Amino acid sequence: MAERSFVHEVQKLRMGAGEVFAGEGILAVTKALLESGVAYVAGYQGSPISHLMDVLSDAQDILAEYGIRFENSASEATAAATLAASVNYPLRGAITFKATVGTNVASDALANLASGGVTGGALVIVGEDYGEGSSIMQERSHAFAMKSQMWLLDPRPNLPSIVQAVKDGFELSEASHTPVMLQMRIRSCHLHGRFVASDNRRSAFTVKDALENPVRDVNRIVLPPASFLHEREKVQQRWPAAVRFIEERRLNEFFSEDAADVGIALQGGTYNTVIRALQKLGLANVHGDSRIPLYVMNVTYPLVDAEFERFCRGRRAVLVVEEGQPNFIEQNVAAILRQCGLATELHGKDVLPLAGDYNTATVLAGVRSFLERYGLVQAAPRRVIPLVPAVAGAGQAGVQGQAETKAALDALVHARPPGLCTGCPERPIFTAVKLVERELGALHFSADIGCHLFSILPPFNLGNTTMGYGLGSAAAAAFNVPPGSAPAAKRAIAVMGDGGFWHNGLTSGIANSVFNRSDNLTIIVDNNYSSATGGQDIPSSRADNPTRSTGHQIEQAVRGVGVTWVKTLRRTYDLKAMTGALREALTTSTSGPKVLVAQSECMLNRQRREKKLVRTALEAGERVVRERFGVDPDTCTGDHSCIRLSGCPSLSVRTNPDPLRQDPVATVIDSCVGCGTCGEVAHAAVLCPSFYRSQIVSHPTRWERLRERLRRGVIGWLQRADARRRDKWAVL
Amino acid sequence: MDAEPIKIAILAMGGEGGGVLADWVVDLGESNGYFAQTTSVPGVAQRTGATIYYVELFPGADLPGARAPVLAQVPMPGDVDIVMASELMEAGRAVQRGFVTADRTTLITSTHRVYSIAEKMAMGDGRVDGDQLLGESRKAARRCISFDMAAVAADSASVISAVLFGALCGAEVLPFNRQQFEHTIERGGVGVKSSLKAFASGVERARADPVTTLASDAPGLRDAAAAQARHPEVARLLAHAQRFEKSVADTAVEGIRRLIDYQDVAYARLYLERLDALAAAKGVDHLLLSETARHLALWMSYEDVIRVADLKTRASRFERVEGEASVQSGQVLQIDEFMHPRLEEICETLPAGLGRWLARPHAVNRIAARLTREGRVVRTSSVRGFMLLYLLARWRRGRRSTLRFELENRRIETWLARLCNLAGIDPALALETARCQRLVKGYGDTHARGLGNYECLMAVVDRHAHRLAPASLKALREAALADEHGHRLQALIAQWALGAPAAN
Repeated sequence: MAERSFVHEVQKLRMGAGEVFAGEGILAVTKALLESGVAYVAGYQGSPISHLMDVLSDAQDILAEYGIRFENSASEATAAATLAASVNYPLRGAITFKATVGTNVASDALANLASGGVTGGALVIVGEDYGEGSSIMQERSHAFAMKSQMWLLDPRPNLPSIVQAVKDGFELSEASHTPVMLQMRIRSCHLHGRFVASDNRRSAFTVKDALENPVRDVNRIVLPPASFLHEREKVQQRWPAAVRFIEERRLNEFFSEDAADVGIALQGGTYNTVIRALQKLGLANVHGDSRIPLYVMNVTYPLVDAEFERFCRGRRAVLVVEEGQPNFIEQNVAAILRQCGLATELHGKDVLPLAGDYNTATVLAGVRSFLERYGLVQAAPRRVIPLVPAVAGAGQAGVQGQAETKAALDALVHARPPGLCTGCPERPIFTAVKLVERELGALHFSADIGCHLFSILPPFNLGNTTMGYGLGSAAAAAFNVPPGSAPAAKRAIAVMGDGGFWHNGLTSGIANSVFNRSDNLTIIVDNNYSSATGGQDIPSSRADNPTRSTGHQIEQAVRGVGVTWVKTLRRTYDLKAMTGALREALTTSTSGPKVLVAQSECMLNRQRREKKLVRTALEAGERVVRERFGVDPDTCTGDHSCIRLSGCPSLSVRTNPDPLRQDPVATVIDSCVGCGTCGEVAHAAVLCPSFYRSQIVSHPTRWERLRERLRRGVIGWLQRADARRRDKWAVL
Repeated sequence: MDAEPIKIAILAMGGEGGGVLADWVVDLGESNGYFAQTTSVPGVAQRTGATIYYVELFPGADLPGARAPVLAQVPMPGDVDIVMASELMEAGRAVQRGFVTADRTTLITSTHRVYSIAEKMAMGDGRVDGDQLLGESRKAARRCISFDMAAVAADSASVISAVLFGALCGAEVLPFNRQQFEHTIERGGVGVKSSLKAFASGVERARADPVTTLASDAPGLRDAAAAQARHPEVARLLAHAQRFEKSVADTAVEGIRRLIDYQDVAYARLYLERLDALAAAKGVDHLLLSETARHLALWMSYEDVIRVADLKTRASRFERVEGEASVQSGQVLQIDEFMHPRLEEICETLPAGLGRWLARPHAVNRIAARLTREGRVVRTSSVRGFMLLYLLARWRRGRRSTLRFELENRRIETWLARLCNLAGIDPALALETARCQRLVKGYGDTHARGLGNYECLMAVVDRHAHRLAPASLKALREAALADEHGHRLQALIAQWALGAPAAN
């Protein structure tokens, strides 16, 4: 069950020609797939295309109506290999994953796919997770398109252009027998906009037809001598075909071609930003009418030499706006200009930053600098800081005031990175590691990709490296002493999520550590979902999924590849059991890899599910118990050890109600879900007796009500007696 | 100048409904003839991180043949018309990033705080100055609408996004009327009634005067002159305390109140006698005396098992818990305490001789140690659990005989003697020394760590009483609160060569 449900939105996918579709970029892409007559779709979730997978998942009945096969692939490599269906058959297929993680994982399959070429259109939709909000290393998908000779689309970021790019992508793929990558930038995936829909199309040829009528062509298989043939085919036939198609269909756009003798060539995805920058310079209006010629590359690979020649001929200078590095496009343009013998000056990374997000302010500065050089905008007056401060209220004072404000805020505003949610079952795991480290000393901690990577942040500060999804265990592989030498006094801990485990961790991490006789501990966080990507089901999910087979135990899989020391803890919140298991795994004399499967359901998903159930039960008058924690302010002394061992968003501080004390006391805010970690931490770390748990029973049984009355009678009587005594001596 | 879209940035954290708010603004625009575009990076937001939703609106969508505008996907510093922040530090972040400018930006922010992890995990008070945040934010904006939206949302049993939407309407910066706003909420169809209520409060508060300073929630000391007592013995103590200078008297009366509550009148009398002794010493000023009065009261009411049991069994405490859990009539509340008294605490609660004996390694010690290895959950709402703590609290009568009392009493006496002595040398140093009591707090390991740091500082004071600058002691005290492992403190002691001279 995914974090976000698109059950209502997917009805928009049924829209017919002429209807106006309003919604998110992701949903628009799905609609475009249906309008393109796609025959099969696959992918692996991850920001920013998780929602695309969720949309497809929620739209399975609609996909089925059109005979479309949909797979939640085990990994990006699986997804890419799925496109093999388009090699021999006229089947249009689309896959999706995040870049550049996904392109890295899938690169073997993509390279082989690109080598043999395709018959049916093959579209790889990559969610380009680059820039602000990105959660991965900053690299470009562009390199993958170049090295495998696939074509890369980077359409202008508005829904009509994106939808058109999907359709063009399939046709381009078929025209050139080459898989095509469609790059969706992070902000475009979550872009709300509108476009005019067309009718959905059913593929004339389906996967069923292919299955029943197999076709084989040995020349499409990557094995010498066919692979030598493929290499020549790529440059002699497919590339020219692609360039021809791009030109004929005008996939790239020229705007205001004759407006000036300098121009800007840009990636389609940066179009809105460039227009806004020009608008700020007074050189464009809100509708995009520019006074500077623009050449918009909706196809960023391959470049079309002839179009570049047309754009550059007769111009004094051209600016290439290309996000990220290396500057492949700029280098390519330099070669084109040279080969065409054009003297047009080329600018790019000389006025724009080499790396980093090209947000509006950055592009504005670059474009301004470029246009100033060619006299199209007035050079901005330099700001002079006067030696004598200007009279208050003058412009300079404002500038100075801004600097002061910024300095003040730099001290006041703290970074607020994402962290583990309230009640997250992963929190007690890291708390346990902290507690065990108190006994055994600091340990090497190999982190992985997933929510558990938040362990690297305060308050846990755990984690040395993260090498990739499912690679936590593999990244600790070197930390084993050579056979025959004295054993090391400590073992390394590796963490892996269930998502990463099924993605590749079972083989690259666990089987590898068995085979190589590793002595380390791997903690597998089994929280029922691929949680970090939005709560999608995976093989070990415990939910019933009508279209997927779930319930496959991680422990069985681990034992299956030969691990003998395996422990499964069914409740991560049991801190005592968790610390005990960790201690044992890290000190046992048993050799070989140790695996600890820590199970508890992702709280974000659990709450989404349970809130509804509780509401229904309450309305039906059924007995419901709600738990939450609290802190007694009069026994809390304001040391906040509890927060340093937990970091739960619900555990906060508030002003000390005691007039004699000054340090704020800990407090549990209303969002507490009663997971129990606070109490367990107080016990395990011997913190303080301030934590209490309240259980609120709605619609109690008659017996409970009776018992409650009796208790209240006895306790109340004693409390009143005590209060009377204190009253007698009280200072009023 | 050419027409420009209306640019709105929403700064929020995960789970605060920033996405819902952005969607409302889009729907508001689209339903009323505007082009609307929104972008976000939701993955970060869902997990409590700070994030930005960005909306642009442009008119004319309902005109025949209207040309779609080219809208930006991220806000540009200096180019935002409206900034909405769901929390005060996020407003500060908007200003820090340059989205709020005096020439054009209307800033709509809640003034409540959701503390960052750095603020929360400090060993003392790590909170940043909210008034300064608010002041800087107000200064940066053309217009600022600020009030506690979390409180308004809670009053309406709704969420902060609805209040923000109301404040946006009340700010009258968008070309839409109240009805158009309300229809947007109604079209959303989820929790409409409570959202509309929160929305209405938001509109109203936005039109009222904005909050310019945060209300302090710190409880002040009560006026000593107004203090009264029922019992003549208590009245005598009060009269005695009231003779001190006002700041001292206010604290001393609070101390008396606390120590009677903690132990008995005789104990409060001892407190006053100790203060008198210090007051009579050479060089003691009001500030030293009032600060000592505060710390002495805290130290004398050290947290032992008896105190904890006492506080946990009171009727007022039961009521507080009921309030916090918002227990409705017809519901049953159960309270479970998480306690972990170790052998040390048990020994310290016993009469001194017995306690010392039990602490020594022998068979009984080992059995007791085994029994106390694990924490216990005591249900104070059950008769059995309650009786256990209630009886433990009654052991107050025997407190003076306990090992812990003996230990603490000795520490207090040493501390007071040191203060008397230091006041004659350097009253400012005496003051900083008095404040070092702050380090001794908590239970178990926390208490041991604090006490260790305290004793380390006192050793420095004793060794260098004649040359230690008060500011240095203050710096040492802050260093002791900087990290759990005492790294900063040790580094500072080494840097200033304040450590014990090497043996021989």
